[in-house]
Amino acid sequence: MTDNVVNPDNENLPSTSGMPAETTPVFARKSGMWSRGSGDTSGYGGIERELAFPGQTQPPFNDTFDAVHGRALEVLPEELKGARFLFDRGELTIYVPREHLATVAKTFRDDAHLRFEVCVSVNGVHYPQETGAELHVVYHLLSYTHNRRVRLEVTCPDDDARVPSVVATYPMADYHERETWDMFGVIFDGHPSLTRILMPDDWKGHPQRKDYPLGGVDVEYKGAKVPAPDNRRTYS
Amino acid sequence: MTTHAASEDIFAGSTDDKADRVYLAQGGDWADIASEQAERGDETIVVNMGPQHPSTHGVLRLILEMDGETVTSIRPGIGFLHTGIEKNMEYKTWTQGVTYVTRMDYVAPIFNEAVYCLAVEKLLGITDDIPERATVIRVLMMELNRIASHLVAMGTGGMEIGALTMMTIAFREREMILDFFEAVSGLRMNNAYIRPGGVANDLPEDGLSHLRTVIDWLKKHLPEYAAFCNENPIFIGRMSDIGVMDLTQATMMGMSGPPLRSTGYAWDLRKTQPYCGYETYDFDVVTWASNDSYGRFRIRLQECWESLKIIEQCYERLEKSQGQPVMVADQKIAWPAQLSVGADGQGNSNEHIKHIMGESMEALIHHFKIVTEGFKVPVGQVYQAIESPKGELACHVVSDGGTRPYRVHFRDPGFNHLQSVPMMCEGGMMSDVVVAIASLDPVLGGVDR
Repeated sequence: MTDNVVNPDNENLPSTSGMPAETTPVFARKSGMWSRGSGDTSGYGGIERELAFPGQTQPPFNDTFDAVHGRALEVLPEELKGARFLFDRGELTIYVPREHLATVAKTFRDDAHLRFEVCVSVNGVHYPQETGAELHVVYHLLSYTHNRRVRLEVTCPDDDARVPSVVATYPMADYHERETWDMFGVIFDGHPSLTRILMPDDWKGHPQRKDYPLGGVDVEYKGAKVPAPDNRRTYS
Repeated sequence: MTTHAASEDIFAGSTDDKADRVYLAQGGDWADIASEQAERGDETIVVNMGPQHPSTHGVLRLILEMDGETVTSIRPGIGFLHTGIEKNMEYKTWTQGVTYVTRMDYVAPIFNEAVYCLAVEKLLGITDDIPERATVIRVLMMELNRIASHLVAMGTGGMEIGALTMMTIAFREREMILDFFEAVSGLRMNNAYIRPGGVANDLPEDGLSHLRTVIDWLKKHLPEYAAFCNENPIFIGRMSDIGVMDLTQATMMGMSGPPLRSTGYAWDLRKTQPYCGYETYDFDVVTWASNDSYGRFRIRLQECWESLKIIEQCYERLEKSQGQPVMVADQKIAWPAQLSVGADGQGNSNEHIKHIMGESMEALIHHFKIVTEGFKVPVGQVYQAIESPKGELACHVVSDGGTRPYRVHFRDPGFNHLQSVPMMCEGGMMSDVVVAIASLDPVLGGVDR
């Protein structure tokens, strides 16, 4: 594996221009009113709907987050250049280029106007449908001083699942990063001891990934087979 | 001589270095092992505590390196109670998820449900549509649960240092609270009572009078804990200056809840980032500036009184809002039926069965659709944090627009707090490890999920 942590052409990062649909995970495209495919006789077959993540939002958001947004761009002009900001449901998400994560985290902690003292939680999400940025690592930061929260999100591709560790800045992220490695297989470069934490040490695979089966067993009842929960029909 | 000193290192893996001596506790006399170790005198000994040790609050494994009675190094090992709750929830509807989350921190199940439901409601954008009475019932249940959880923390924490009476009286009081939970939800623990959109059912007819007996009971018996412990020299000797974390250390390790407030810092999400209308209740944030286990005990004890203050206010509000709805009005989200709680536990509501089976075909179809299929939640992600008895309990939910969660992650305070154990215990005595861990109050069901 090559050292791709510094990634000059940014091809693994969500692009900042263009339609939001191209930059965010798209879960499903539906046409017609009810159909999943053909069989729609309603005459509304031309309706196209897309279930996609909200894209980018432009400031102003609200007073709290405008302050965060403005200050972040002021002190990190290079690192956050072209970064995507998303204000959704009262929460601000900043999509940080992964090669700048360590700098961004340190500045977010140390700058007096940002001052996010605590990284409350680190968590992974697997979006297999987003080619080139399948794995997302989500950091929730909390500021005691200013009493506000912000979410940093970093993406990395499946075949180069490496993200710089923030443990040097946020010691409390130690266990959380270990859990994210354990569950998603994201390697945190610079973590002091990246070992499994919830699964057994010799476990194969990373269970929270979407391609990891639930491992359910079909149940037979009076001659009929009830499929395992992961193989039952869905209504999504 | 029996097998206590095996010359062969049976624990080493095929690629590990072999230790020159391995001690086994079975079959031998502990005094022999100890004296043999004392004779050598030049080495530390590695002690494996747990995962089945009664003083570790569940299946927590501690690996200690000991120099005599002094801990030179300690590492917690977790994951023995990992049950894949987050993965399983991705295959269940949003409402069914409640049944899973309630089993995480089983000492404070109501909080797990509350944080999950608040997160789902935030995703749905219906936070402001939750009926007032449902929110008050949620606050009532959470505060009663906070007392129950603190009682377990104080009771088992006391038991571990020999104050056995603390445990017996704490479980006596907790039982009164669980009786109330059973009367309301049909279950003592793992209630699955708070649902997205509201709560599963209203209080029973005699709910408020039952609540009054619980309040009176707690008011009568809570002073006993203070009388037993607050000035007890043995208790203070065991607890004070143990598990010390000052504000700098606590911030560095991301502590919250009583361990953070024991540094004198008044951070309580109920006050600083209110949810469920906590800003409308009158209560104080308890702090204690001693940085140690004793301070955490005093905070828990005092918080029980603050919770009682909130419960009294809930009582008044519930008295005024009798008969109001406890589930969101939107029929596309609301669970169609209220449960009934009978002598044999939870059950179907006969009224509702009569309605769908005998009166309305449409109601039957609707019931069938929403129970089997569930409701859809718009695409997006939210983070919701609440103040659980142990600290910041938070839920990060991602929806793909379907009827099931795309990803749910819980940030359990115990999980975060356990990484501070080396900082709290190294250099101290082995007997103090138990006190320090009890002061964090980790529940392994929540830690491992």
